[in-house]
Amino acid sequence: MLDQTLVQLSDSLAAGAFSSEELTSALLAQIEAHNGDLNAVITVTPEQALADARAADQRIAAGDKAPLTGIPLLHKDIFCTEGIRTSCGSRMLDNFVPPYDATAIARLKATGAVMLGKTNMDEFAMGSSNESSYYGPARNPWDSTRVPGGSSGGSAAAVAAGFAPGATGTDTGGSIRQPAALCGITGLKPTYGRVSRLGMVAFASSLDQGGPMARSAADCALMLSAMAGFDPADSTSAQREAEDFSSDLERDLDGLRIGLPREYFGDGLDSGIAAVVEEAINSFEQRGATLVELSLPHSHLAVPAYYVIAPAEASTNLSRFDGVRYGHRCENPADLHDLYTRTREEGFGAEVKRRILVGTYALSAGYYDAYYRKAQQIRRLIQQDFVSAFSQVDVIMGPTTPHPAWVLGEKANDPVAMYLEDIYTLSVNLAGLPAMSIPAGNSDGLPAGLQLIGDYFSESRLLNIAHQFQQHSDWHLQRPELDGGSEQ
Amino acid sequence: MSVEQAEIEKIAELARIRIAEAEVAEVTERISSILDLVGQMQAVDTAGVEPMANPLDASQRLRVDEVTESDRHQEFQQLAPAVENDLYLVPKVID
Repeated sequence: MLDQTLVQLSDSLAAGAFSSEELTSALLAQIEAHNGDLNAVITVTPEQALADARAADQRIAAGDKAPLTGIPLLHKDIFCTEGIRTSCGSRMLDNFVPPYDATAIARLKATGAVMLGKTNMDEFAMGSSNESSYYGPARNPWDSTRVPGGSSGGSAAAVAAGFAPGATGTDTGGSIRQPAALCGITGLKPTYGRVSRLGMVAFASSLDQGGPMARSAADCALMLSAMAGFDPADSTSAQREAEDFSSDLERDLDGLRIGLPREYFGDGLDSGIAAVVEEAINSFEQRGATLVELSLPHSHLAVPAYYVIAPAEASTNLSRFDGVRYGHRCENPADLHDLYTRTREEGFGAEVKRRILVGTYALSAGYYDAYYRKAQQIRRLIQQDFVSAFSQVDVIMGPTTPHPAWVLGEKANDPVAMYLEDIYTLSVNLAGLPAMSIPAGNSDGLPAGLQLIGDYFSESRLLNIAHQFQQHSDWHLQRPELDGGSEQ
Repeated sequence: MSVEQAEIEKIAELARIRIAEAEVAEVTERISSILDLVGQMQAVDTAGVEPMANPLDASQRLRVDEVTESDRHQEFQQLAPAVENDLYLVPKVID
C-alpha cells in the first residue's frame, strides 16, 4: 500500500481494501525504519495518529467519507498544531506547544485527514537546504549524502521516502517547489491569499503561502481543495469561493500557449536539467501546445529585491520572540536588555540572525528609501513582467532549480551561493502567483523539476497541465531505494 | 566591505541580538556580501514606479467592531517562562 498515490489510497479506503488504521500503522513503521537515516520528521505522533485513523474508519463505515478521510499526512513544523510541539526548526520554539491549530491544519483535520507528525525544516523557513534546522539537516532519500532542499525539506524527503502520501509545506521564495524538485515529488505554491496564514509561523508576511506536497498533481489537487478557502481570521486571505481543484484535471491541452522566458534558460543552468526541461516542453508541444518565447526582463533583480523584502519583513515578525510570553528564555537575565539580547542570541541560529540584521539594516533610518522602498518598486516591475506575459500565454515553464541536490555542507558557509539556488522561484513569490514543480527527469541520477507558473488564481489550470504531463510520464511514480530498514 | 563592523554592532543593538565579540568580524563579512548582492538594485531606474507592498494590491479588510475572542489568558500564559498573578514577569525595570 506504500506504493499507492494519495488518490489511489483514497479509493482503496473507500473500497475497504484496507483500513485507515492499517495504512497509518504501515506508514508509522516506514517512518520508524528510515527516519533515523533521513531525519525528515522531527516529531512523530503515533498515538494521536492511530486514534485519528480509528475515528476516520468509523466515519468511512458510516458513509461519511471525504477524499482525505483516513489519509495520513505529515505537517511542516511551521504549522501550529494544538497540543503538539511546533518548533519551526528553531531552538527559540523548541518548547512551544500551541494552544490552537493553524487554519490549514484545522481544515485538514475536519475532513478526516490523519496527522502522523511534524516535518523538519530550515529554521523559521529560512534556507534552501534544510541545514539551518536546530534539529540537524533532513537528508535526500535519493542520496543521503545530499540535501533535500529547503525550507520544506523534511516534507519533501518524507513524501519521497514513502513516509506519507502527502505533506504540507510553505513557500516564501521557493520553499515548496525547490525541495519538491530536489526530491522528485510534486509541489504547489498557491496564489498569495489562497491558503490561510493563520497559525503558520510568520516569516515574510507578504510572501508566505502554504500549500500541498505529494507525489502527483491529482494528489495535490485533493489536498489543496481541503486546505484552501477564505479565512476571516487572516486579514490577507483572498475572498474566493471554495473550489474543487480536481474538477479540471482531465481537460485536454489543445491550444495551450506555453511561455518560455529566455532569462530562465541562460548561463548557470545545469546542462542535465536544461535537457530534462527541454524534453518535457517538447512533449507538451507534441500534444498540441504552442510554444511562445518571451522575456521577463527584470528577472535578474528578483534575488536582490527578495533579499531586502523577505529579511525586512522577517526582522519585524521575529521581533515578537522576546523571551517573555513564550519560547526560549535565557538563564538568569541581569536586566530586561540582557533578557532580550541573550534570549535572541541563544534562540536564533546563524542564518536567522543574518536575515534579521539585514532586515533591520534595510529598515533603519537613512536606508529605508535606498533598500526597502527600492525593492518594493522593483517588486512591481517584476510583477508587471508577468502580467504582460500572461496576456500572451496560459502558463510559463522552465526549470525549478539551476542545479540538482548538492552535497551536505557544500554551500552551508556561503549565504549568497545558497540564495542563488532560488533564482527561478523567488520572482513568483514577489508577484504572488501560483506555481508548481513536477518531476520531469534526472540529471546525474538525481531528480530534476519542471516549474509551471500560472496567472493569479489559476491553480486548477496548473494542476490540469501537470496532471496531463503525469498521464504520459512516470517520473512522479519513481521511488528511491532506501538504505537499511525494512521496506513494506 | 560595504558595511563597517561598528555599523553591524549598532544594527545588532537595534535588533536586540547579542553577537559575541569573536563573531562580529565574520558576521560583518557575511552581511557585507549580502548587501553587495542586494546593491545591484541601485543600478535600476525606478523613478515613478509605485512601490508594491501586497502582491494583489489588496488593502486590509475591515470587520465589525465586536468581540470575537474568548478569554483564554490562562491557557496562553501556561506557555510563558514566568507568570505571577496573571502577569508576565521580567527582570526589574524601575528601581
